[in-house]
Amino acid sequence: MIRIKDIKKSFGDVEVLKGITHDFEAGKTNLIIGRSGAGKTVLLKLLVGLFAPTSGEIWYDKTNFVELNRNQVREIRMQVGMLFQGSALFDSMTVQENISFPLDMFSKMTTKEKLDRVNYCLERVSLEGANDKYPSEVSGGMQKRVGIARSIVLKPKFLFCDEPNSGLDPKTSIVIDELIKSITIENNITTVINTHDMNSVMEIGDNIALLHMGELAWVGNKDDVLETDNQLLKDFIFASPFLQKLAKAAGGK
Amino acid sequence: MRTVFSRPEKFHMYYKETIRQMNDIGIGSLVIICLIAVFIGAVTAVQFSYQLSGGLVPRYYIGYVVRDIVIIELAPTFTCLVLAGKVGSNMAAEIGGMRQKEHIDAMEIMGVNTATFLILPKVIAAVTVIPLLVAIAAFVGNAGGYIATVPTGLLTSEEYIQGLRAFFIDFNVVMMFVKGLVFSFILTTVSCYQGYFVKGGSIELGQASTAAVVYSSILILLFDYLIAIVLTQ
Repeated sequence: MIRIKDIKKSFGDVEVLKGITHDFEAGKTNLIIGRSGAGKTVLLKLLVGLFAPTSGEIWYDKTNFVELNRNQVREIRMQVGMLFQGSALFDSMTVQENISFPLDMFSKMTTKEKLDRVNYCLERVSLEGANDKYPSEVSGGMQKRVGIARSIVLKPKFLFCDEPNSGLDPKTSIVIDELIKSITIENNITTVINTHDMNSVMEIGDNIALLHMGELAWVGNKDDVLETDNQLLKDFIFASPFLQKLAKAAGGK
Repeated sequence: MRTVFSRPEKFHMYYKETIRQMNDIGIGSLVIICLIAVFIGAVTAVQFSYQLSGGLVPRYYIGYVVRDIVIIELAPTFTCLVLAGKVGSNMAAEIGGMRQKEHIDAMEIMGVNTATFLILPKVIAAVTVIPLLVAIAAFVGNAGGYIATVPTGLLTSEEYIQGLRAFFIDFNVVMMFVKGLVFSFILTTVSCYQGYFVKGGSIELGQASTAAVVYSSILILLFDYLIAIVLTQ
């Protein structure tokens, strides 16, 4: 579980996050949603330690991440996997080398054990046999799946996904969402997903936090979305006329 | 700088990366370095023979001057200036590209000390390989002087070789290696710094690459002067 308490972040005079308190629960897909510029990416980068908060606390289970020194942060990061928006696969390495990189760097496994683990992860994301391909030789959806395989190879306790469906077609997006959801449940991972994708919200939103102008505007789950009276959430979720019609047809408010 | 030289996580990964960098810097630059060195030696020999023509200085002095000027100055400085352009800009672009494509963030989140992993192998490879390239450049430069003077009749083979052997001072070779070592350290650290801290998009990446070459070149020339003062006093 990850708990953030009164997190604030400023860049110069601009306060991007204005004191956010929220729990990201283990074994659930925790979504951070909001319009562009709401502070989602900043919050995600604070959670993984790429930015330091101006004030506030970030608790990974019973450890305050903010107070750790560089080496202690590195130890926590061994338990963290992250899927980047652009996948961030290393271009000069094959799919197998990309997935094996964290194992090569940190594990004491034999070559055979590493290969078995890589093959298991590839199988888990339905990419058996793609070991020797380079990232440039596979599609965007496959790159995302390789990114997921790499992020779970060290069996993380915490998984972060930054816009996992950006640039993907709706069908592939569903595959990625389902994959993240099933991995989260299987391994009881605390998964935090930063997304704009309304389909993800409605399909895998176990714990949804809406950010608006650096503040937490709404918290709930996918079942609460259609019933909400929160105007900010309604404006965000049903921004398109098409979805507004669908919601009305479904009997939502 | 202290982070760069901190303890590697996994020795064999750093070893593999260092060998790859040695290959890229050494083998990848050998042809251009030899090509430049042969012309440096040739031009030095031809111009010095022009200045000596009709004078009282023995002609074998051409070989002597080519040898010393190539070993002390031209081989280390020219080689490292060329490598600042070729290798330095490449390092800045490679690391800067990784920064922009979030590869560095990805490694950081995995727990990798990115400053060490991305920079240390390059520094070790450069300070090992570039002094060797400088030595090869010195040898080829002297051969270039021979090619430019002996077949054209400016000197006989015996005169040039007599010049190469005359008044030889071992310390000049030490000076050449000191320069090679210092210049290679400068060009890698400056270039990696420019790439590692790049911000923005492709324009900024280009600017970082250019800055890597410009700052490396200026520092190489500055340290060339300082080393000359320190080692010749």
